[in-house]
Parts: sequence; C-alpha cells; structure tokens
Amino acid sequence: MANPYTSLARAQWRSFASYRTSFVVDLLSNVGGTALDVVAVLVLFQATRTVAGFSLSEGLLIVSLSSLAFALADFSVGNVDRLKTYVRTGLLDAVLVRPLGALPQLLLMDLPIRKALRLVVGVVVLAVALHVNDIEWTPARVALIVIAPLAGSVFFGAIFVISASVTFWWIDSGDLGSAFTYGGRDFTAYPVPVYSGWFRALFAYAMGFGFVAYQPAVTLLGRDDPLGLPAWTGFVSPLVALIAAAAAALMWRAGIRHYRSTGS
Amino acid sequence: MTLISMKGLRKDFTVRVKAGRLRREKRTVSAVDGIDLSIEQGEMVGYIGPNGAGKSTTLKMLTGVLTPSAGEVSVCGLRPVPQRTRLALRIGVVFGQRSQLWWDLPLRDSFSLLRHIYRVPPQEHAARLKRCRSLLDLDDFLDIPVRQLSLGQRMRGELTAALLHGPSVLFLDEPTIGLDVVSKQAVRSFLAELGAGGDLTLVLTTHDLADIERLCRRLVVIDHGRVVHDGTIEALHDRYGSRRRLVVELDAPLPAGFVVPGAELLSTEADGRRAVFELTSSSAGAVVGSLPALRDLSLVEPDIEDVVARLYRTP
Repeated sequence: MANPYTSLARAQWRSFASYRTSFVVDLLSNVGGTALDVVAVLVLFQATRTVAGFSLSEGLLIVSLSSLAFALADFSVGNVDRLKTYVRTGLLDAVLVRPLGALPQLLLMDLPIRKALRLVVGVVVLAVALHVNDIEWTPARVALIVIAPLAGSVFFGAIFVISASVTFWWIDSGDLGSAFTYGGRDFTAYPVPVYSGWFRALFAYAMGFGFVAYQPAVTLLGRDDPLGLPAWTGFVSPLVALIAAAAAALMWRAGIRHYRSTGS
Repeated sequence: MTLISMKGLRKDFTVRVKAGRLRREKRTVSAVDGIDLSIEQGEMVGYIGPNGAGKSTTLKMLTGVLTPSAGEVSVCGLRPVPQRTRLALRIGVVFGQRSQLWWDLPLRDSFSLLRHIYRVPPQEHAARLKRCRSLLDLDDFLDIPVRQLSLGQRMRGELTAALLHGPSVLFLDEPTIGLDVVSKQAVRSFLAELGAGGDLTLVLTTHDLADIERLCRRLVVIDHGRVVHDGTIEALHDRYGSRRRLVVELDAPLPAGFVVPGAELLSTEADGRRAVFELTSSSAGAVVGSLPALRDLSLVEPDIEDVVARLYRTP
C-alpha cells in the first residue's frame, strides 16, 4: 500500500491538474521570480567591480547557493505560511482529526508544484556559478556543494515554520513572518562583510544566516574570509540547520497545543 | 465498557475586549466549565445546547483538536491530545462546517486517499464503501469533484469518509445543518441504521431536536459550559413538567365548571365544543371516559423544542 504522505502529495498533483491553464501560467511566472532574485544581485556588481572584496563571479556563487537553498525550502515548506488561513478559519480542525502529523499534512495538502521550476533555475544558476569560478575540487568541496544547499534549505524551512507558528498566538501576525523568511534570503544573497556592527553579529552569526551561503562559498573558493573565520566554518551549516529545525519543532508543538480553533 | 470519560473538563479562553480607544482588556471565558460525563460503548448521545454553550469545544477536546485547560478526558482509553494520531484511527469525525474531503477531487478519489491515510486493508475498505454507497445512494455523484456537489451530497460523502476506517466512536458536529428535509431524513435513517448494530458509539451535537428524537436515547444538555441535563428525553419532560395534551371535540358544549381528576382544563374554543386538557396523570382513558358527548379526540405529545427553549432561558 502506498505511503499515506505520498498519496497526499499525489492528490495535490491531481487537484492542480484540474486547473490546467492557471497552473502553467503559475509555473512560468515562478521561474521569472527566481531569475529576478539573481539579477538583483548582478545589478549591484554593474555599479561596482567588487563588493566587499568579492568579484562578480564570487558573488554569483553566494547568491546561487542562497537562492537554491531558498527555492528548495520554499518549494517544500514555504506553503506553511498558509497556516494563517487554516488557523483563522478553523480549517486546522480537519487536519488534526487525521492520523497523520499536522505539519506534513499541511505541507503536502498545499504542495506548491508551480514552484518546482524554481528549483531547476536554482540548479542551473549554481552550475553556472561553479563554472565561472576557478574552484580547486577536493572530495570535501564536492561534498560541500551538496551539503550546503540542503542544509540551507533545512535552515530556511525552519525559519518558515517558526515564523508561521507565530500565528497560533497572534492570529493577525500578518507579514511579520516574511521579514524573516524573505528578509533572510536577501541577507544571505550578499557577502557578509557588506554588513557591519550589531546587525552583522545578530543576523549572520547569532541567527546563523551567515552560514547558509557565505561561509560555504568562501570555503569552496578557497579564499580567506575577510572577517577571519576559519575555513571549516563552511561546513557548520548542517549543525546550524539542525539547531534551527529543533527550535522550529518545539515552537510548532507548543503552537498546536495553543491552537484555539473557531466557533462553529 | 466506558468508551468516553470526562472528569472536571474545562476549557478557558482569554479574549481581549476593547476597553477604550487603544486599551484592550484581557478576560477569561470558560467555554467548558467542569464537565463530568461518561459514555458507554454503543450509546447514542445527543449533545445539545444554545450557541456558545460549549458543545463544539467539548467535541474538539474529545477529538484531540483542542487541549483542555483542566480536567481529565479519555476516549477509547487514549488521551486525545498527546495520543492524537492513535486516537484518530479509532474515531470518525464529521464537522458539519469543515470538510474532510478533497475539494477539487471526485468523491471516489477522496475515499481511496483516506484508505491510504488510515491504512485500511482493501477488502475492509471495499466492504464499508459498498455499504455506505447503497445506504446513502452515493453512486450518482461518486465521480463529481467535491466542489460541485450539493450540500446534501457532500454531507453524505463526509459521513462515508468518517466511517471508512471502521471507527468505534463517531463524533458528529451538526451533521444536518443546512440540509433540506429529504437529505436530513437520509442522514438520520443512515445514522439510525448504523446505531442499530450496537457496536458504534455516537455522539452528536445539533440544533435540530428532531435528530435527537429520532436517534438518541440519551440527551445531554449543556449551557454556559455546564451539564444541565443528562438522561432520556422522557426524563427531561418529567423534570420540566411538560405534559401531554388531550384535545377533544364535543357534540355539546362542555358544562361550565367541568372538573375531571387526572387532567386540567386549559382552554375551550368553539363555544365550548372543543376543549384542551393537560394530562396530569399518565392515563388518558379516565379523562376520555368521563367526557360527555365525545365526537373526536387527539393526543398531543409534549414538544421537545418548548422544553429545551425553557431550559436555555432558565439561568
């Protein structure tokens, strides 16, 4: 018998297929979205030859790592921001009476298949970035190019879940969550040295955004971090992702217990 | 065997009330305020109360949707919130206002998805679906996407969806809300048929007392989060002194000052040729026997709606 979660995902696919035209339009407009993220960074390099000591091709590697990690997270977990609607309307009731985890159900019931092409764009941009940079390949670096986007996506996924969970306590949390998810993505698209002071300390290191794309990119390029962190910090993103995921799981569990439903 | 038990069950909500232009006041409201109840296997229990009495809140605590603020609750020997997914396999839930079906998929697809979600062996699934199909006449609309079904059709689909995994308890939150007379009857007779087996325990909330009269031996009335009545419908009538009425048509006007033991004259109409008595004893025979020139009579059972309306009003 098929796994219940696979069945849920397949049902979602069939639901989308029942609205064919709008599905195709969605799919294509999403490709445009991802491309724009990358272009925004490239435009910056048009104005100046180097940004915080990083060349255009090095900058491209950073933004491509960030953008692929985010696209992966957005595809698999991004729709958790629809939790707001489920909580506000009480639709979460129907999810909670099924014998499956609430979070996976929510994600699979709304799996944004229209965002799938974003992943393709993300992989292509990363391939280009790896090609234009002169990388000295070692087994560790090959592993890193797989680990970094995956760990980054777990990290972004955790941020998505945490910011969505706020809605359990504060129903009209509005777009506060987007500040951390989309804001976080934009932060990771640039080399960390462009930021300074407490802002850098808080977002890059305390909250861990610096380990998503910047540190792995520095390690891949084999250059010194202008901020002085050793090369192995390129590999800590799985650890950072794990901590973020654990925090997200705690927050989610507490949120479910705090769920109030609506009158009916 | 006790299947559902609640001891001192409470659910408090904090609400913020506007108290001035910017200030908001926090207030604690007890939606469920200490309910003790136990339900045996095979019972069919009607759970009624005015809007906001705490019916749905109780049901949501029993199904693991809401975490109780205090008290104990156990369903099928499980604690609903911590053991939510295990409990989900043992219970079926129909929330009249929240669909369990996939909006864009045909009903048939929703059913086969539920088979995977609940991991039901194919033969069992097929047998249960077959029974529901024939009892609920699903065949005409099995292949239509749920979004295009009428409310009555959808509700029949919801009932089927709640039963395909063979639950021991079925929770129904206003299953007949918004349905037309025919659909209501279809739903009621289906539930009556299910209950006749004696294995399934059924808890239903409703505003339609005809649901209760048709289906439930036991009636639990709650108001302001507390149980105000727990017993049969007859016990409710006894307690609130609702009596049967005897309406008689006479050939000659009723003599003035007519008195008969075991009944009370309420009113006379048509120059005393029609009279309404309220029976104070259980037998109508004695009253009928003592009436002169009786032409026709009818006995009116007490109206449960009246009793319940009175119950809701008493503080």
